Amino acid sequence: MPDLSGINKMTKEIKRSDGRRVNELREMKAKVGVVPNADGSAMFAFGNTVAIAAVYGPRQLHPQHMQDPSRGILRCNYDLLSFSVYDRKRPGPSRRSQEISKVTEWALQPAVDLSAFPNNVVDVQIYILQADAGTRTAGINAASMALAHAGIPMRDLVCSVALGKNDKTLIVDLTKEEEDFSEGEGATDFAIAKLGNTDEFSLMQMDGKIQPELVNEVLRLGKEACDEILEAQKKALKESVESEEEK
Amino acid sequence: MTAMEISNLTKDKLRAMFEEGKRFDSRGSLDLREFEVTYNVSNKAEGSARIKFGKTDVVVGVKLQVGEPYPDSPDKGNLMVSGDLLPLASPRFESGPPGFDAIELPRLVDRAIRESGMIDFEKLLIKKGEKVWTIMIDIYPINDDGNLIDAASIAAMAALRNTYFPELDSEGKINYEKKTKDKLPLSKEISPLSISFFKLGNSIILDPTREEEEACDTRITFGISKWNGQYMLNSCQKKGEATLSSEEIKTMMEIMPKKFEELNKKLKNFL
Repeated sequence: MPDLSGINKMTKEIKRSDGRRVNELREMKAKVGVVPNADGSAMFAFGNTVAIAAVYGPRQLHPQHMQDPSRGILRCNYDLLSFSVYDRKRPGPSRRSQEISKVTEWALQPAVDLSAFPNNVVDVQIYILQADAGTRTAGINAASMALAHAGIPMRDLVCSVALGKNDKTLIVDLTKEEEDFSEGEGATDFAIAKLGNTDEFSLMQMDGKIQPELVNEVLRLGKEACDEILEAQKKALKESVESEEEK
Repeated sequence: MTAMEISNLTKDKLRAMFEEGKRFDSRGSLDLREFEVTYNVSNKAEGSARIKFGKTDVVVGVKLQVGEPYPDSPDKGNLMVSGDLLPLASPRFESGPPGFDAIELPRLVDRAIRESGMIDFEKLLIKKGEKVWTIMIDIYPINDDGNLIDAASIAAMAALRNTYFPELDSEGKINYEKKTKDKLPLSKEISPLSISFFKLGNSIILDPTREEEEACDTRITFGISKWNGQYMLNSCQKKGEATLSSEEIKTMMEIMPKKFEELNKKLKNFL
């Protein structure tokens, strides 16, 4: 068995390089309606990681052979803007961005119900303006808000956060610096997404070194963090409705 | 979205059978198929292996090249895992640019190996900042009958452990025709493998055939190894639109070390 005592102590004692507690999220910013042209849109930020998402649809899917006559299709595209990272990212899709687009799709799909839109597609476009780790999770949070803003039928909002481990300490919402940590057991990066009000996980992606016994503790920390994210998302959605009413 | 090849009838039948813990080939839900590993798929490769895992058949080759190190790791060699889902191996696979599955397979094998720390990248250094060895692993299924990722990870392990450096001449050029007796700098203890769980309805199974895999809603693949005497997860990726509960994950965490030991023990017979 790994030493779990450190995990119980950690909440009180260990401070991270940016002064956060181990289970503390970076400052969140959430805003709905950032792309007027889109049917729904939102911005979500974890500290220095900033994502925007726009939703277009439901609309007829072309090419026709990709249509599903039994239900609408959710299609996600994630990418970094070229200047969102220190080493300029070559524009256009990479294997990494294709993989993230796909896991984002799977993370959001269980929350949306497109059965009323056969042969249609809902396109979700996610771009990262500024990257400091946790870009896929910020993107999923923004996309989930944008889908709700677009009025797509949904079972729930999707909340996403990157958890992880530096050596033996479990931490929440890693920065790039923490992702690059290399002492002891090194850094583990464990991205999850969860349907806001349930115990259902729709994204699980990790790399690093973590004992299987710790995974449930990671998920528990993830649930707590997702509760906070859900509140931030709901608040932003309510604000957007209120500001519409004022007009 | 690609067209489903499996009929709803078969899917319903499989769902009902999985709930009773039954399968078409009479295995239990968590039973793995037998496998065997052979070597020397190509004597032009620095290492190669072929796995037959049930009817799934995968070849993995290792080529070594001399190249420049990445600027952020001037004293370390490189690893590249690639491959393709050849139309040779299945009517499902098509020629042309790689689809998502073809991108995902090598990436998952790459992460399981890289994150485990099995390869000592510093020992792949030839001249700091200028020359390092690059390990190129290429994965090709010859026949796809499901669970390709797990099968490929075993074959990759076997191929890596049977890879020998080619000779370098005085100018630092590779003479591929002459192999040395030097093996890759690999940890003896760390031997990562991939283990994938598949979910259909509320049932979880291991090692699906192609038909079973098509029927399943979700797959979650873990890279697992042993490090300093402890089991370590090195990678994980969920595929598909169904969700997993923390209870289901917990069950997987309990099953995984046993299955890892079972696979590793069998693999040792072939090393």
